Order: sequence, then structure tokens, then C-alpha cells
Amino acid sequence: MQRRDFLTLSALGGGAVFASGLAGCATRAADAMSGSAAAYDDFYFVQLSDTHWGFQGPPNPDAGGTLRKAVAAVNALDKPPEFIVFTGDLTHTTDDPSERRRRLGEFKSIVADLKVKTVRFMPGEHDASLDRGAAYKEFFGETNYTFDHKGVHFIVIDNVSDPGAKIGDEQLAWLKDDLAKRDKSAPIVVFTHRPLFDLAPKWDWATRDGAQAIELLMPYQNVTVFYGHIHQEHHQMTGHIAHHSAKSLIFALPAPNSQPARTPLPWDPAQPYKGLGWREIEAEKKGTSFDLHEFPVVRA
Amino acid sequence: MKSTPLDRRGALRAGFAATAAAAAGLVVLRAAPAFAQSTASSAGPRVIKMTAHRFAYEPAEVPLKVGEKVVVEINSLDFVHGMNIPDLKTRLDLVPGRITKLELQPMQPGDIEFVCDNFCGDGHETMHGKFVVSA
Repeated sequence: MQRRDFLTLSALGGGAVFASGLAGCATRAADAMSGSAAAYDDFYFVQLSDTHWGFQGPPNPDAGGTLRKAVAAVNALDKPPEFIVFTGDLTHTTDDPSERRRRLGEFKSIVADLKVKTVRFMPGEHDASLDRGAAYKEFFGETNYTFDHKGVHFIVIDNVSDPGAKIGDEQLAWLKDDLAKRDKSAPIVVFTHRPLFDLAPKWDWATRDGAQAIELLMPYQNVTVFYGHIHQEHHQMTGHIAHHSAKSLIFALPAPNSQPARTPLPWDPAQPYKGLGWREIEAEKKGTSFDLHEFPVVRA
Repeated sequence: MKSTPLDRRGALRAGFAATAAAAAGLVVLRAAPAFAQSTASSAGPRVIKMTAHRFAYEPAEVPLKVGEKVVVEINSLDFVHGMNIPDLKTRLDLVPGRITKLELQPMQPGDIEFVCDNFCGDGHETMHGKFVVSA
């Protein structure tokens, strides 16, 4: 069985697969059931997010062990991903610069145990907002960059180093210049920490100038955004652009605007790690559509 | 909207947005963040003093009356906190050492929530409040 078939059949069996853009989901399921899946040579990668290394508190009594369990789970995959991405909040914030660096160093040491060595990072506001990314850069380099993989153009946008959750004019100009080099039909994936759109401004779940980034991306026909920050799965379209948030690896947060405050959901001793997890993202059709497959921290 | 603390154009835009919000049936008729000297006097709008500090506004709940003009004077003690009021499409930077003013005249009862939108540390997520407008 090809990997694509396996993931699609998992969806048919009640697994948590989300097909980006939605329209292709039924088609792929039908292909799998009829056994007519075409030869598959696309790729998949893994997204982990919001590990908040250094956090301590009742929402996760295993705060020191959850990240290591996720690393072990990714390492146990039958077929390794071609790369792994962490979409920010690698560490939990602290006022102490030396403690911030200690946490960043410990995080880096733990994820060095990942068997897959191509790992992409970006900061969250907990990593970077209090010092505008200074400590983060010492450990992980630039906070915005691009890379290409099998014909897909990946753009990492930093919307956290400014404590006001702004991308900023300079980075927007950089984005505009980079996009100008792309064909309008090019497959483009954006990684960022905060939602680029106004998901829940009352909970500070937004990017102040995110609309400008979306406006720059809008002329491109195949754009998908993966982000973190909100500690839960969420899927939303802005026009033809799909935005997918990832679960956290420290604590879950409530659904947007579902209660007065965005307080962490309590740890459930009967269901440890409930609401936490990571995902596989399978690129199909040369990176113009994606299948998302959600995994728990610990498999039952 | 630009977030520079002394952006007069931002203040004008905020007033416009709030007027638009009122036209759409929302709660507040007018909100104009002001950074010039106070125009409030004993005969003018009621002045409500508020402080912002890590990680709270005090008071976090501000009672208002429908139709009453007020000026909220906000003093930030320790950080350039934000004050985003999404229902009014208005936000402010609260710069320590300055009094930031917000004029309000609610026209309908209800809650108008605000939140710090400048990440200020471990506890930022708890920094929010609301104006509670009663008839």
C-alpha cells in the first residue's frame, strides 16, 4: 500500500485526516476505494508546534516529558518525513535573558534526538517578543527565510519578534520581492506562528498587519498557510488560501471566543495529553494540495 | 492601523471606525484616543483613571452608563502595553510616563472588551478587561 492510500484509508476509518482546500478530499477517498490511485512520488513533512519548553503548571504535569515523547513518536514513524518544522513557541517566555537561553539550549538539545536532521524552526512570541528575537537568533538563526523542496516554495514569516505582533514594513517588502520571483501558479507554503488573519482579536489571536501579507499572497493560486499559537487544530479559508493551525505539545486552549478568557484547558488525568499532538502534512499534486493527518503525543 | 504612540492619523481613523461601528448598531458612538492635554473639566466628561501593568488593567471592569461621555485616562506603569478594542476597531499603545486618553460615549448597554496586544511576558494572556455599559 502506498503511503497516500494508507492516509486516505485512515480517514475513511475515522482517523483525523483533513484535506487542505476540502474540494479534493472526496476525490482522493474515491480513488483509494476503487484502487485507482496513480503512482505517487510526492512527499510529506511533520509539523510540531508550541512546545513551550520551560513551562510548569497544572495544565501539564508532564511538561518535562511531553516534548521527548513527541520526538520519540516522530522517530517511530515507519517512513521518516522529509523534514520537520516547528511553528514557534519553542520555549515558554521568561524575563531572565540567561534563563531564556538555557531553555532554548535545552529545547535544541532535545530535538537533536530527532532522526530526521532537516528541521526548520521559527520563533513564537514566547521565544522572541521580549528581546526582539535576539536570543532565538543565537540558537536558530534568522527568523524569516525561504527554502524550496521538491518544487514547493516555503516562506517562513516572522510575526512575533515585534511585540506588537507585526510583520513590519521591511519584512513585507522582503515578502513582496520574494513573491515577485514566483509564477502565479507556483505551489507556495507559508509557515508562521500567529494566524495571519483576524481569528480572534479579543484573544490577541491575530497579526496586526497580517492582512497586508494575505494581500500579497492573494494573486498566487496555490498558497497554504500552516501556523501555531492557538494550541488547537483550526482550519479557515481567506479567499482561496487555506490556513491550518496545529495542536500544541504543552496544553490545549479553548476554541476561539468560546469563553471569556483564553485560559488553558485543564489536564484530564483520565485522558493524559488530551488535545495535544502533532501532524503529518502530505503534499500532493506537486504541492498544490495537502492531506493533514493528526497524531496524539502518545498512541493508545 | 499604525501603532505608533503619537499617531494623530490613527486617532482620526479610530474615531471614524467607531462612528462606523455605531452606524452598524454596535455599542459605542465615539472613541477617540487622544494624547494631547486633557480637555476634561468639572463641566466636561467624567474622567475615569485606569492603570495598566503586567499583567492586568486596574480596574479590569469599568462601569459606564448609556449616553454618558467619559474620558478614560490610562497610565501604564511598566511596559508599552497595548489596548486593543476590537469592537471599536481601535487600539492604543500605552506608553509609560504618558497618560493615554480614550473618549467614549456608549449608546447601547453591553460589554466592550479590551485586551493587551503587545506581548508583555508570562501572564500576557491574562491581561484583558471590559467596559460594562448599563442602561
